[in-house]
Amino acid sequence: MKIRWGITTLVAALLLATTAQAGTTITGAGATFPHPVYGKWAHSYHKQSGVKLNYQAIGSGGGVKQIKARTVDFGASDAPLTAPQLKKAGLIQFPMVMGGVVPVIHIKGIATGQLRLDGPTLADIYLGKITRWNDARISSQNPDLTLPDKDISVVHRADGSGTSWIFTNYLSKVSDAWKNGVGNAKSVSWPVGIGGKGNAGVAAFVSKLNGSIGYVEYAYALQNKMNAVRLKNRDGHYVAPTSASFQAAAAGADWAASPSYNVVLTHQPGAESWPITGASFILMHKKQRRPEQALAVLMFFDWAYKNGAQSALQLDYVPMPDSVATLVRATWANQLSSTKGAAIWPGQ
Amino acid sequence: MAEQRSLRAWGDPLFRGLTRTFAVGILLLLGTMFFMLWQESAASIDKFGWHFLTSASWNPVLEDYGALVAITGTLVSTAIALVVAVPISLGIALFLAEIAPKALRTPLGVAIELLAAIPSIVYGMWGLFVLAPLMSDYVQPLLSSTLGFLPFFSGPEMGIGMLTAGLVLALMIVPFIASVTRDVFLMVPTTLKESAYGLGCTTWEVVKDIMIPYGRKGIFGAVFLGLGRALGETMAITFVIGNAHRLSWSLFAPGNSIASTLANEFTEADSELYTSALIELGLLLFVITFVIIGLAQWWMRRMAAPGGH
Repeated sequence: MKIRWGITTLVAALLLATTAQAGTTITGAGATFPHPVYGKWAHSYHKQSGVKLNYQAIGSGGGVKQIKARTVDFGASDAPLTAPQLKKAGLIQFPMVMGGVVPVIHIKGIATGQLRLDGPTLADIYLGKITRWNDARISSQNPDLTLPDKDISVVHRADGSGTSWIFTNYLSKVSDAWKNGVGNAKSVSWPVGIGGKGNAGVAAFVSKLNGSIGYVEYAYALQNKMNAVRLKNRDGHYVAPTSASFQAAAAGADWAASPSYNVVLTHQPGAESWPITGASFILMHKKQRRPEQALAVLMFFDWAYKNGAQSALQLDYVPMPDSVATLVRATWANQLSSTKGAAIWPGQ
Repeated sequence: MAEQRSLRAWGDPLFRGLTRTFAVGILLLLGTMFFMLWQESAASIDKFGWHFLTSASWNPVLEDYGALVAITGTLVSTAIALVVAVPISLGIALFLAEIAPKALRTPLGVAIELLAAIPSIVYGMWGLFVLAPLMSDYVQPLLSSTLGFLPFFSGPEMGIGMLTAGLVLALMIVPFIASVTRDVFLMVPTTLKESAYGLGCTTWEVVKDIMIPYGRKGIFGAVFLGLGRALGETMAITFVIGNAHRLSWSLFAPGNSIASTLANEFTEADSELYTSALIELGLLLFVITFVIIGLAQWWMRRMAAPGGH
């Protein structure tokens, strides 16, 4: 009897939730990196369900700040929070989509995809140890190219950013000098170079300055037809940034091993793996003051896991595999509840 | 009649009270802003103390912050702007007030005032897309080949940096200084000028000995108006200053200003100390502006006092 009652209430609650859906607006803020794909998902989902998403791409740090202040239903960050950070703030996180960060150059006479670099060389350029394009360490990797005797203009992000977090995470893994001297963060004390605001700012500087190198999220490199570098990956192969090489890097990730999904995808093994790959994460409060709103958010992400792969691939992101989506749904069922302790996600 | 009398009885005091409230409100707002900035930057003030003013470090990883680079950038870019903008604006104002043919004065004057109405982000974009390439291809090579022995004009010629930021700022404050100065020159009594011409003075002598001394106070006022704008300018600077937290003697090198540091980093500052250090930067900008404008006022008072000329 009790069980039947329970089921009836659950069904009733779900029905109520679904009918309450049309006209609902869910709000989120954070990372700029996944903004295009979230926008596309939101558009398709709105047509099907009537639920609107208002996503403010204010940057990963901003997303973390806003969710802590409870001004939005979910935050988004490219840098995963550690388990203690999550615990302290009362948050859960889960990965939503993956993508790549791409070093781009602008040297007159060098066509796109021609320049090859390895990680330590890239780190030394950003450390200011390699200052000219015809440095022996660059030319030895590019015997077929004639590199100019020209200063390297280094361009980095001026604002704190998840893209910088992924980039400096990679540099820290391939260079001890970087790890100990500069470190891995959303904003760091850059030893050299000029700062551009946002991916767009970096893209603008690199396309204006002959002899420059910068790093942007892959979609920006494509849209602005920028000259992407081939990077040497962990297995020793020079690879170009493509959806396939991002997928190769993502394939080896062991999400099940980390209950808080604190998984970093840079410098992954695999012959085809692009070394600067990262995931973008969603942050939500464990205790939800408005459970029906939280359910609307979860239903959107559930829909995106099920139906969003195609549009993610079109925009050169890598969708999360089904196995990860299943893990995430279990996390929702176990960890999210209303302030009164009632579960929000009905489970499998 | 009775109604009118009662209106007269309380109308005036009401009006007086209302205007007084508005005026006091401004003071209150200013005080509250200062207090809030002070309070919010407490964490940073406690941790760094006076060292904050002299440290050139800005390291979010180690949480070590200092304001020296940002303060220097703000002051240097403003100084470049004034050095370039003041003579140009004086020239424009003199031409419009004294030399230009009557038919030209109005259209030119309107054009200059229109320059002041352009949003600063447009200046920033123009600086990045038009001025910066010109600087790196022509101006900076010329400067370094002629004045390159000075440390100010050496280093890589990227076109983005302190000098370009100063020039964009200069362009932005020229219309302010020029239009106010023109109005000042127009107020010089015609009798004074005509008697000088009558004595056989050339235009140059009239300008130098009559118009500039007569309008001195107004000209300083115009310059300080430009100065105030230059100190707090944000978007245009952020585009072209290079946003790098490093000190350099070279004006070609990228730097940072207080306002552009805030614009770039505030939304992403997720630790308490980081936010606090940024707010302390804001407090410093507040204080710097206050001190400079205060000094300017004091100086102008002194000049206006009897025997001050």
